[in-house]
Amino acid sequence: MTRTTSTVLTLVRRALLALGLPAVLFAVWWFATAGSTDFYVPPLSTVLGKFGEVWTGERLLSDVVPSLVRLSAGYLLAVVAGVGLGLVVGTSRVVRDVLEPVLELFRAIPPPVLVPVIMLFAGIGDTMKVIVIVSGCIWPILLNTVEGVRAVDEVLSDTCRSYGITGPSRLWHLTLRSASPQIVTGMRQALSIAIILMVISEMFAASNGLGFTIVQFQRSFAIAEMWSGVLLLGLLGFALSLLFRFAENRVLAWYHGLRRAQRNP
Amino acid sequence: MLTKTLAGAGTDRGPGGPGGGRSRRMPAGLVTPLRGLAGLTGLVVLLEVLPHTPLVSADYLPPASKTAEALWQLLAEDAFWTALGDTLTGWGLGLAVAVVAGVVAGIVIGSVPLLRAVTASTIEFLRPIPSVALIPVAVLLYGTELRSKLLLVVYAAFWQVLVQVLAGMQDVDPVADDTARSYRLGTWGRVRYVMWPTALPYVMTGVRLAATVALVLTITAELVIGAPGLGNQIAVAQTSGAVPRVYALVLVTGVLGVTINLMARAVERRALHWHQSIRREG
Repeated sequence: MTRTTSTVLTLVRRALLALGLPAVLFAVWWFATAGSTDFYVPPLSTVLGKFGEVWTGERLLSDVVPSLVRLSAGYLLAVVAGVGLGLVVGTSRVVRDVLEPVLELFRAIPPPVLVPVIMLFAGIGDTMKVIVIVSGCIWPILLNTVEGVRAVDEVLSDTCRSYGITGPSRLWHLTLRSASPQIVTGMRQALSIAIILMVISEMFAASNGLGFTIVQFQRSFAIAEMWSGVLLLGLLGFALSLLFRFAENRVLAWYHGLRRAQRNP
Repeated sequence: MLTKTLAGAGTDRGPGGPGGGRSRRMPAGLVTPLRGLAGLTGLVVLLEVLPHTPLVSADYLPPASKTAEALWQLLAEDAFWTALGDTLTGWGLGLAVAVVAGVVAGIVIGSVPLLRAVTASTIEFLRPIPSVALIPVAVLLYGTELRSKLLLVVYAAFWQVLVQVLAGMQDVDPVADDTARSYRLGTWGRVRYVMWPTALPYVMTGVRLAATVALVLTITAELVIGAPGLGNQIAVAQTSGAVPRVYALVLVTGVLGVTINLMARAVERRALHWHQSIRREG
C-alpha cells in the first residue's frame, strides 16, 4: 500500500517537474498577450485559433507534405551517400589523407550559401531543394563516418581477420557496427541542418512549402497566421528530434549499455 | 576535426598504431600534409577542366581561373571588406552574447538540482526549434538591422553552449565535491574550484560548436533577410548573374569557416593545456 502511494507520489512529482515550467510559460504568454493590441504580437488565443484553421485544411497537403517529402528525400540520400563515401574514404589511409582538407573546406562552407549556387544548376524546383539538403547534410555524416571507421578497435579487427571474416560480412559486422555511434552523431547534426535548409530553400525560391507559406504570411502582414507557422516549425523540429532519439535508442541500445557497463563496473 | 586528425596522425603511428611497422621513404610527418595538398590541387585542376568538357556548362560552373580572377577583383573592392566586417561583427557579437548567457545560465541551473529538474523539459523543447523559424519574426521586428541577425545567431548558439555547460556541471566528481564540502568551501568556492574546471572542457566544446553555428546563421540572415554582409553580397551577385563572383564569395565563406574552426581549436588547446585530452595529444 505504502509502496504504491510512494510510486504514485514520485510519478506526480516527476510530472509536476516536467510540466510545471512549460505550463507557467504558456500561461504567461497566454495572459500577457490576452488583451494585446500590438499589431505584431497578437493574443495567443488568436494564434492557436489560426493554427487549426491554417494548417489542418488544404495547406496540410499542399505545403506541409511537400516540405516533409523533400526533407526526408534529401536527408535519406545524404545518409546513404555520406555513409557509403565515408566507408570508402575511411578504410584507405591514402584516400583519407588526400581528401581530408578538401572535405573540411566543403564542410566549413555555411550550407545556406549553396542555395544560390545550386539554383544555377537545378532551377527552383523540387530537385534543387533536395540537392541543397543533400549537399548541406552530407558533410557531417561523411566526416563522422570516416572518423568512426578510422577508430575501429584493432583487436576486433585482427580477430575478424584471424577468423577469416572478410568482404561484405566484415563491412557489416565489424566496420559499420563499430562506426555506428559516430555515424549517428553525424546524422544528428545533419538533421538540424536539413530542417534549416528545407526552410531556407523554400524561403528563397519556391511556390509551395512551409518556408514559402510563412514568408508569404509575413509579407502580407497576416501576423497571426505567421506566428502559427513559426509554432508549427518549432513543433516539427521538436518532433523530429524526439523521433531521432527514439530511433537512436533502439539502434544503439548495445552501445549505451556497453558505456554504462564500462562506467560502473 | 582537421587539426585533430592531422595532429592525431602524428601520434597514431606509435608502435602498434595503424601503419606503424611499414617502411616509408619520406619522413612520416610530411606525408599527410603533402597528400592533403595534392587533394586540394586536384580539386582546383578538376574545377578548371570540368567546365571545358560537355559535362558541365561554363555558365553554371566557371573555370577555377575565372573564379580566381573574380576573387582577385573582390579583394580590391571596399564593398567586399565592409561586407566581411558586417558579417564578422554579427558573428562575433552574437557569439559573445550567446556564450556569456549560456555559461551564466548553465552554471546557475546546473548548480541547483531543483532548478535543473524544473527546466529540463523546457530546454529539451526549445533547443531543437530551428532558429530559421524566427526569420519572419526577426524581419517584422527589426527589418534588416543588425539586431535581426543577432536574434537568429544568439538563439541558435545559446543552446549549444547551455547544453554543454549543463553536461559539464553534471560530470562533477562526487568525491571532489564532497572533499570541497568537507573543507568548507562555500557555494562560490565550489563553483570556482570544483565545477568550473570540470565543466571547462565541455564549455570549450560548446563554444566551438556555437562558433560554427553562429557563422551559418549570420550568413543565413544576410542571405534571406538581406541584412548587409557576405550573404547579401552572394544574393546580389546571383541575381545580377555574376556567376564567378558567386563562387568567389562562396569560397570566401568556406575559408572563413575553416579559419573559425582552426581558431576555436587553438583557443580550446590554450584554455585546456592542463587537461588530460590535450596533454595526451601534445
